[in-house]
Amino acid sequence: MNYMHELIFGYYPYVALSVFLLGSLIRFERDQFTWKSQSSQFLRTANMRLASNLFHVGILLLFFGHLFGLLTPPAVYHALGLSTETKQLLAIIVGGIFGIICFIGLTMLLHRRLTDPRIQATSSRADNFILILLYVQLILGLITLPISMTHLDGANMVALASWAQHIVTFQSGAAALIADTNWIFKLHIFLGLTLFLVFPFTRLVHVWSAPVSYLGRTYQLVRKR
Amino acid sequence: MKIRAQIAMVLNLDKCIGCHTCSVTCKNVWTSRDGMEYAWFNNVETKPGIGYPREWENQGRWKGGWHRRRDGGIVPAMGARWKVLSNIFANPDMPQIDEYYEPWDYHYANLQNAPESGTMPMARPYSAITGLTMDKIEWGPNWEEILGTEFSKRSRDYNFDQVQKDMYGAFENTFMMYLPRLCEHCLNPACVAVCPSGALYKREEDGIVLIDQDKCRGWRMCVSGCPYKKIYYNWHTGKSEKCIFCYPRIENGQPTVCAETCVGRIRYLGVLLYDADRIGEIAATESHADLYQAQLDMFLDPEDPDIQTLARREGIPESWLEAARRSPIYKLAMDWQIAFPLHPEYRTLPMVWYVPPLSPIQSACESGALGHNGIIPDVETLRIPMRYLANLLTGGNEAPVTLALKRMLAMRAWMRSKTVEGRPEPEALEVAQLTESQVDAMYRLLALANYEDRYVIPTSHREYADTLYDALGERGGCGFSFGNGCADGASSHNLFGNKPLTDRRMPPIKVEPPRS
Repeated sequence: MNYMHELIFGYYPYVALSVFLLGSLIRFERDQFTWKSQSSQFLRTANMRLASNLFHVGILLLFFGHLFGLLTPPAVYHALGLSTETKQLLAIIVGGIFGIICFIGLTMLLHRRLTDPRIQATSSRADNFILILLYVQLILGLITLPISMTHLDGANMVALASWAQHIVTFQSGAAALIADTNWIFKLHIFLGLTLFLVFPFTRLVHVWSAPVSYLGRTYQLVRKR
Repeated sequence: MKIRAQIAMVLNLDKCIGCHTCSVTCKNVWTSRDGMEYAWFNNVETKPGIGYPREWENQGRWKGGWHRRRDGGIVPAMGARWKVLSNIFANPDMPQIDEYYEPWDYHYANLQNAPESGTMPMARPYSAITGLTMDKIEWGPNWEEILGTEFSKRSRDYNFDQVQKDMYGAFENTFMMYLPRLCEHCLNPACVAVCPSGALYKREEDGIVLIDQDKCRGWRMCVSGCPYKKIYYNWHTGKSEKCIFCYPRIENGQPTVCAETCVGRIRYLGVLLYDADRIGEIAATESHADLYQAQLDMFLDPEDPDIQTLARREGIPESWLEAARRSPIYKLAMDWQIAFPLHPEYRTLPMVWYVPPLSPIQSACESGALGHNGIIPDVETLRIPMRYLANLLTGGNEAPVTLALKRMLAMRAWMRSKTVEGRPEPEALEVAQLTESQVDAMYRLLALANYEDRYVIPTSHREYADTLYDALGERGGCGFSFGNGCADGASSHNLFGNKPLTDRRMPPIKVEPPRS
């Protein structure tokens, strides 16, 4: 099993991230017409305000929470006066709150996608697949919470963070750091990497286009042909 | 001063017979595709009525157009930029497709394949979205055709504001008119202002407002931002689309499809010059009733040599200046002032204008109870209330509409006295407050409406385009296509999920075995 572990946690991350970056670039460059959020609000507005907002707010905070939690070196948060134990507790509480918010929204959205005849009829296989993948991933993430509660010393969290930091800084031996971690965490990481892998081939690409620049734009746009 | 040219349109509602040829030819050319069945870039509504989509004029509900703040600035009625972005996950002002209508087709095959039965076989409707049979069609495009549906429903028409509308429910007082609608190609478009990805833009050369299909991300803010509800979300491609003012035809000096095919010759196309630096100031005019006049003040006289010099300096081609001098739009809107913008109170400065319709004189007048106002009938006795037309066309300001209708009646009186009675009646010119040559020109343009007078469209000058490569590169191209055009790849499957343009869900057609 050792080589499988090495493959999934040592090499797969690079495969997934390469496909994520290159795939996004190729899609943007070659097929920008397909680059969109593929909103279905127009076909069914009911509950969309609640469901979509809960989901998006939840998942955005979870994403940035993971980014901050996994990639901040211990020295940095120690310097900010955050002990390892406190940081884990913070992660459990914030992650738990937004995990539940996201879970409610995603449950509503998944129900809508799988039962509403209009949405069913207009969903592609990729639309259904990505929503189910996110749902499974979110549930796995929520299951890790009670597991984390059993070891509040933060050692496991530090191991996971060092793995991530080893990966992004191209240091060898990353996979060995999480060899003893609970399999739920491992599955969560595997699905997380898979999300990056399939990202360019699904509607998720709209994440790249978050239109923050609109805040500083003039209202009127005039173009020469 | 920054002079820009705009291709504008005027529709003479007095001659519109509501035949829908414009709508049908437009649909055949541009929107007969999956995801756009429900969309009519051009549609004809019967007024009074709530229209298509339902109650599009009710901006309290849809939040389209601009809102003037107390400090005199304007913001989109949907809210400032942060508000627009905060609604990006679910747009609270977005109509559902049912407000337009759920597109449908019929089970025609059943008429031929139905097994023998005691009753006539039926072609039942099915939804073009889901393919499921629909029990009953409850709403569709042009549902209110020629005063269809109950008055209580139609009377929710926003233009009844300050009109004693109850009396118009009675059969003998009822009135109607047709209102063909298309994108207004506004000078201050709200759709452009609320597009978070910057996919919507106004073309500098001719003012046509377009959506860059590659840049559109489907944030769908434009749908609610446009107060005329003339942006349509294509539920199949996930991108918004709109009337393109047939720009490929306009560039070649041809009229749009809706104008070309209008059997009543009611449409006019031409060039207007305006001062782009004044857009913000004009759109922020305080009173709704003053917005029409403010917009007139923005247009520039194409005969003025100073304006011509400035326009040439801006790079406006000579052929465009020539077209501006001959522009039927300038004559209708500025010289004779008989054309008006649709709902100027939305502050988008629309560029598709309307000549208000005359209507039959009420029976009381005909029986002699109401007299003539000199040589023409009193316009206040026309069947369509002045206030209704003013709410539609001038932000509630009745005086300009009244004068326009007087001019149209006076023109008829003048021509009648000249050609039928053989005794020209100068009083008609006095009523019209126009010179003889002006009224004669008005008659030519409105009544004869020759093709070359109606459409004065200069061709575009690609040779002046910054990037000549663009024009050369289009030689041998794929023409109009979506996505990668002809570079779709070797297999029919698209790696990035691009759907084929036609993917209609249809109920399976049962083939009955031949009878022995």
